[in-house]
Amino acid sequence: MSAAAGTGFRYIGKKRRAKEHPRFTAGHGRFVADIALPQMKHVALVTSPYACARIARIDAAKAHAVRGCIYVLTGKELCAAVDPLLVGVDAPLVKRFPLANGVARYAGEWVVAVVADSRAAAEDAAEKVEIEYQPLPYNVDPEKALDAAAPLVHPEHGSNLLYQREFVWGPVAEDFARAAQRLSFRARWHRSATVPIETFGVLAKWDAGRGILDVWASIQMPKFPDQTARALRLPGSAVRVHFDVDVGGSYGVKRGIKHAVLVGYLAKKLGFPVRLIEDRLENMRGGDMHGPDRIFDLEVAFDADATIRSLKIRALDDVGAYAGRAPLQLGKPVGAIVGPYRIGSVAYEPICVLTNKTAQEAVRGFGQSPTNFALETALDRVARHLGLDRVEVRRRNLIRKHEFPYLIPSGTTYDSGDYHAVLDKALAAAGYAELVATRDAARAAGKLAGIGISTCLEPSGGNSAFEPLFNPKNETTTWMDSCLVRVDLSGSITGVMNTSSAGQAHETLVATCVGEILERDPASIRVVRADSLVALPSNSPVGSRMAIMLGGAAAGAARKVRARLIAIAAHQFECSVEDIEYRDGDASLKGAPSRRLSWDQLVEIAHRKFHLLPPGIEPGLQEKFVWQVPTGGMLPTPEGRIQMYPCTSFEAHLVYVEIDRDTGRPSLQRYVCGHDCGVMINPDVVHGMTYGGIAHGIGAALYERFAYSDTGQLQSQTFMDYLMPSAIEVPALRIVDHCTPSPLTTFGQKGSGEAGYLGAPAAIASAVNDALAPLGAAIDELPMTPHDIWKQIKKKLR
Amino acid sequence: MTEKKHAVAIEVNGMAFQAEVPARLTLVDFLRDEARLTGTHVGCEHGICGACSVLFDSLPVRACLMFAWQAHGHKVTTVEGLANPDGSPSPLQDSFCETHALQCGYCTPGMIVAAHALLEENRSPSEADVREAIAGNLCRCTGYQQIVDAVQLAARRLGETR
Repeated sequence: MSAAAGTGFRYIGKKRRAKEHPRFTAGHGRFVADIALPQMKHVALVTSPYACARIARIDAAKAHAVRGCIYVLTGKELCAAVDPLLVGVDAPLVKRFPLANGVARYAGEWVVAVVADSRAAAEDAAEKVEIEYQPLPYNVDPEKALDAAAPLVHPEHGSNLLYQREFVWGPVAEDFARAAQRLSFRARWHRSATVPIETFGVLAKWDAGRGILDVWASIQMPKFPDQTARALRLPGSAVRVHFDVDVGGSYGVKRGIKHAVLVGYLAKKLGFPVRLIEDRLENMRGGDMHGPDRIFDLEVAFDADATIRSLKIRALDDVGAYAGRAPLQLGKPVGAIVGPYRIGSVAYEPICVLTNKTAQEAVRGFGQSPTNFALETALDRVARHLGLDRVEVRRRNLIRKHEFPYLIPSGTTYDSGDYHAVLDKALAAAGYAELVATRDAARAAGKLAGIGISTCLEPSGGNSAFEPLFNPKNETTTWMDSCLVRVDLSGSITGVMNTSSAGQAHETLVATCVGEILERDPASIRVVRADSLVALPSNSPVGSRMAIMLGGAAAGAARKVRARLIAIAAHQFECSVEDIEYRDGDASLKGAPSRRLSWDQLVEIAHRKFHLLPPGIEPGLQEKFVWQVPTGGMLPTPEGRIQMYPCTSFEAHLVYVEIDRDTGRPSLQRYVCGHDCGVMINPDVVHGMTYGGIAHGIGAALYERFAYSDTGQLQSQTFMDYLMPSAIEVPALRIVDHCTPSPLTTFGQKGSGEAGYLGAPAAIASAVNDALAPLGAAIDELPMTPHDIWKQIKKKLR
Repeated sequence: MTEKKHAVAIEVNGMAFQAEVPARLTLVDFLRDEARLTGTHVGCEHGICGACSVLFDSLPVRACLMFAWQAHGHKVTTVEGLANPDGSPSPLQDSFCETHALQCGYCTPGMIVAAHALLEENRSPSEADVREAIAGNLCRCTGYQQIVDAVQLAARRLGETR
């Protein structure tokens, strides 16, 4: 770390406008749907109306007759020509293709792709495709799907069980036997997702002369170019993904391999550029972007003083009909399986079940927020059981400041933190005592009022250690990221990053970190994105990793540039590099400030004057840095212990809710989040993500649900049914910062891209249940919609 | 069958556009595909998200819920038309940059249109006024906090210059 306790920085941590903002506020963003190529054709999709059905016959004659229709692609043709998409766990017979292969396994699955001169013509033609289906038995309930008699989603796989393992870390049986008390309960996290306002889109163009497939896509997907090329049976060097595409929100879900393989195949086959921009319906039911859908069965062993000794967690996740990386969302929480608490042993049984629903994809937090909700529900239940204050129960169990670095039973070491200080700050900012008085006064006046609390972790620095944990055939132990910093002859600095972004202000991040090291104004630093054929390795902005990984890589490359400038100066002054003082880009001899070479002079030597360069230094001025995730590199132990992510951010949420007795409508009236993500590179950016994460958490807690009918039909296919919070539902939010620098990262930063979302659902559930407690009611399911709350009120007041 | 087309003349951001369009062409598709003004975004195409908001004469509307021919003879203003005459950001656009009122930028043009319409009517909106005015525009990045801050900042700045 270059500065203690997050101070002493020149640019880091300061108010700075994002470099990205001017183009977006002017309406000059460049999203995938903004890119139009000559002769571009458009795709519309025909989707299955059945939860499961054999595709008996497809007749496209009438579709072909529609003016403008170019091609009708069936699964039969496509699946013979491309390889199945990668499955994150070891289940090679759960084959997934962009179009249904003989059998459609969920309502909304893409069955036929129609290509036409315009999207309107493609939709006209899609309506004319005649498909004869033979409906098959299906599964909607993930627990029933495990019955021996249940119909199989993938008969070749032989079971609806996609993944299961029983981990035991530490003396669980002994701890349960020794504990004074036990509680068990079920908590349910229903299916929701991040639902970006921009749907997924991809445009592909086959350049036959060069043998290159050019791809522009709205993506946030690790190894997207490699996976696309592999499925298309092309060498990696034949797929060029352009990362300079603005992504209209993602928060995990924009993986898009199936979209890209479909469109890539069509572009190569037809010789035209082909574009698919999902409409909202295609997106909601067939875009494969639903999030975790979990049933938690928890047992907690604790003492009379509320000390929690041990946990048993069974987490059954309904992953839908196909699997990419989504099952690994039960793996990431292994790295924070005890939350921020001193819990000595854990048994954890993750179970992934196949059903006839839309395939799951990664959602903000990669499975951590549902797990946090389950853990916080346990803490609240222990408090209620013992008649103790929920804050006090947390205080007693939170890891102490002096205990860091702290090793949890599942093998991950938490790098640093001061959980009690953050909780205290949040309590003070919320005016906790006054809040309790307000709640009690409201109750005395006959209102339903509650206070919610949660104290949660955000593992950050996204590694991919869950891959080898959940799939022994996968030996991935690096999840590196990279940056190239170049200084041109004019002295201008350009940082080159190797991934697209979906609003995380990465250009600002790179410029700030490079500027900090080179002592040059970040406003003057250009940041561009390589395409995948010239890119250094990147694993994309997942797992709250870019402040750490891209920031660290940018700083690393800048340090090498700086070292080179210092070496050039030392050579001119015939001194050692230690005798050079570097300031603002200029280099001088220590103690002799008149012996000084300016930035421009140093740059000119590097670019033009080989005769002045020290031996062994290459001409020009550019450096790359590829960074391994700190603490990464190990395979899991046989018991499944693993260092998951390197850093842990912490958040303490406090929320006050009043509920309308007549309608069940909750009104969030005060919201405070204490947050510690180490050194903030750009506070506005961190706060923005945290506010957004809280709003998303409000949605997941109260409104958003991909609900299925008993016949396997998605019932929330539009924004009339899938309700996302507006500026009315989201109250004024207050964030209180705390800074415990990480000892593992370049500037002491931790990740924050999933902040807010990791604790908000738990806190809101806590608040609603506190409000319902005087009625003797409780809800352990999310979302707890106004209607769900109303039903509880009616039941208890009847 | 060839789709019948209709002549429309629409003034967009002060420029006259004339085109032959099918009756079913939405205003947002006209703006994006015919006028090639891609600042107006398509989010839901059923009138909920507000990403496609534009000013129709001076009122904010959802361009996904109107047909292009309905705008015949009218003035439409998109986010590209809200900058200062010299092309520099308007006080509202600049305030969005200042308070970090956006992340991915996808809902931003619609938000700016909605906020612009509010500020034309109400020069010192309360927080509740701002929330009400942007309640028809969904944002998944910001939690709205910094958007509310931006609109109030812009109101203060406009108040100083008006």
